[in-house]
Amino acid sequence: MKIIVCIKQVPDTKGGVKFKPDGTLDRGAMLSIMNPDDKAGLEAALRIKDEYGAEVTVLSMGLPKAEDVLREALAMGADKAVLVTDRVLGGADTWATSTTIAGAIRSLDYDLIITGRQAIDGDTAQVGPQISEHLGIPVISYAQNIKIDGDSVIVERQFDDRYHVLKAKMPCLITALSELNKPRYMTPGGIFDAYEAEIKVMGRADLIDVDDSNIGLNGSPTKIAKASDKVRKGAGEKVNLDPEESVKYIIGKLTERHII
Amino acid sequence: MALEDYKGVFIYAQQVDNKVDNIAYELIGKGKELASVLGTDVTAVLVGDNVKSLADDLAEYGADRVIVVEDPELKEYRTEPYTHAVASVINEFKPEIMLVGATAIGRDLGPRVSARVATGLTADCTFLEIGDFRGKANQLLMTRPAFGGNTIATIACPDNRPQMATVRPGVMQKLERVPGRKAEVVEYKTEFIPDNKYVEILDIVKEVSNAADIMDAKILVSGGRGMGNAENFKMLEELADALGGMVSCSRAVVDAGWMPKAMQVGQTGKTVRPNLYIACGISGAIQHLAGMEESDVIIAINKDETAPIFDVADYGIVGDAKKIVPKLTEAIKNAK
Repeated sequence: MKIIVCIKQVPDTKGGVKFKPDGTLDRGAMLSIMNPDDKAGLEAALRIKDEYGAEVTVLSMGLPKAEDVLREALAMGADKAVLVTDRVLGGADTWATSTTIAGAIRSLDYDLIITGRQAIDGDTAQVGPQISEHLGIPVISYAQNIKIDGDSVIVERQFDDRYHVLKAKMPCLITALSELNKPRYMTPGGIFDAYEAEIKVMGRADLIDVDDSNIGLNGSPTKIAKASDKVRKGAGEKVNLDPEESVKYIIGKLTERHII
Repeated sequence: MALEDYKGVFIYAQQVDNKVDNIAYELIGKGKELASVLGTDVTAVLVGDNVKSLADDLAEYGADRVIVVEDPELKEYRTEPYTHAVASVINEFKPEIMLVGATAIGRDLGPRVSARVATGLTADCTFLEIGDFRGKANQLLMTRPAFGGNTIATIACPDNRPQMATVRPGVMQKLERVPGRKAEVVEYKTEFIPDNKYVEILDIVKEVSNAADIMDAKILVSGGRGMGNAENFKMLEELADALGGMVSCSRAVVDAGWMPKAMQVGQTGKTVRPNLYIACGISGAIQHLAGMEESDVIIAINKDETAPIFDVADYGIVGDAKKIVPKLTEAIKNAK
């Protein structure tokens, strides 16, 4: 079987988000990583490959430097990599992004598509379900367990107070939670091979059934009116007292604020 | 069809097990405010099997009209038949605004519906208002946090209708219930023909919990990895009991298996804004702060004086929560 995993390169927030002195985000000081939910999706695909045999293709849309996360994925065990990059595709919202990725996927063979639930920079969780809609295949979001059963997948789909065990015929799309698994590390041999491997690059001209009015900034229905880094309300008082004094301090504040 | 021909504010009235979810009332509350600026009214879209009687609840919380879509295929939430139901209603009634809760259901349904009706969708909004965008009046301006709450963006959807948003639960205010208030009820019929996109539900496993929802609590005593182990959460329970509140937790605690997912505050858990939030042994990852920083009063107890939780705390105590909490519980009991 053939599996496509969509991965995104995002700024790293682990080890703390970096701020400038004015309290806004210092993006330049942060490294780029493979989005965690996508990495869990990749690991899920690699486990299917280990257990049932599969060809795993990773696909990323972004700047040319997104090649880095594709090589990382190859070093983890993915078989092929596709980079969708073109100046005219930039500035895309989730509608234009999903239209573009669906257009790229139409030129590839697949039984199963796995995306992460959401990226840590945009936090929308929209692109996976929207890709599936454009391709006319079922989606199972929030997967916490994935099994293959003949020509179908059986997936535990998380809700707030329950989970559904769902069965869908392939081809279908699954969005993965980072809780799904613990991704494997790259192997030394894998790293060596990954830097030799060829990455297929696709541009605007390679997208199938995609109209110019649906790509890039101009093809995005949603427009940013304004954006700013959030300045937090700021720290209040901080005290360093022994436990008894700490309790007195808290009781004092709770009384002052009429909570007790 | 001209954009001006799209009229009315529609909200998706989420129900599960034939019970209306709170988010539906919150969306009606916000929807009424937007509708009054636009000079229009609020329609709730109710989808399910045998759910028509729930229209009364929606009316009493302020819905002017309820469109009901019923079919046996809609008994449990499944992406495809629900998408078909909502997209069909949008195509038939042509609302200018469509609001959906940013719940585990809404964040699956919203993207599918928006892609099907070819419009934009803004995720997980925390603020909505009507205003001008690039010279166009009466646009829905949708504000949302991104990057785990570290950036804030305001988004418009000027050239497509409906303007769609998913809205974070617990942020918008519902209206006072008015018993006996009525709404116009419209039964909308559409065909449900199973195709490749209909998935099969093999099993539904409910994670049994009789506990109240942490989103409704006025006081939360929240524990993090710094509590050391599951056993130590008993002292948080005791403090919560003394204060008349509930216990919640950080993601690390859920990952460690000390507390159930339903108690988790933060980006991948729940957004809370109680009157008092006491963070015990929580370092305060941005994803956690995003879920609790709107609380009225925040007290943080943490051994690490550089922990980011202190950046949002009104009162920070550098110390061991395991030592302070039991004494605090005693002191509160004595103070009463």
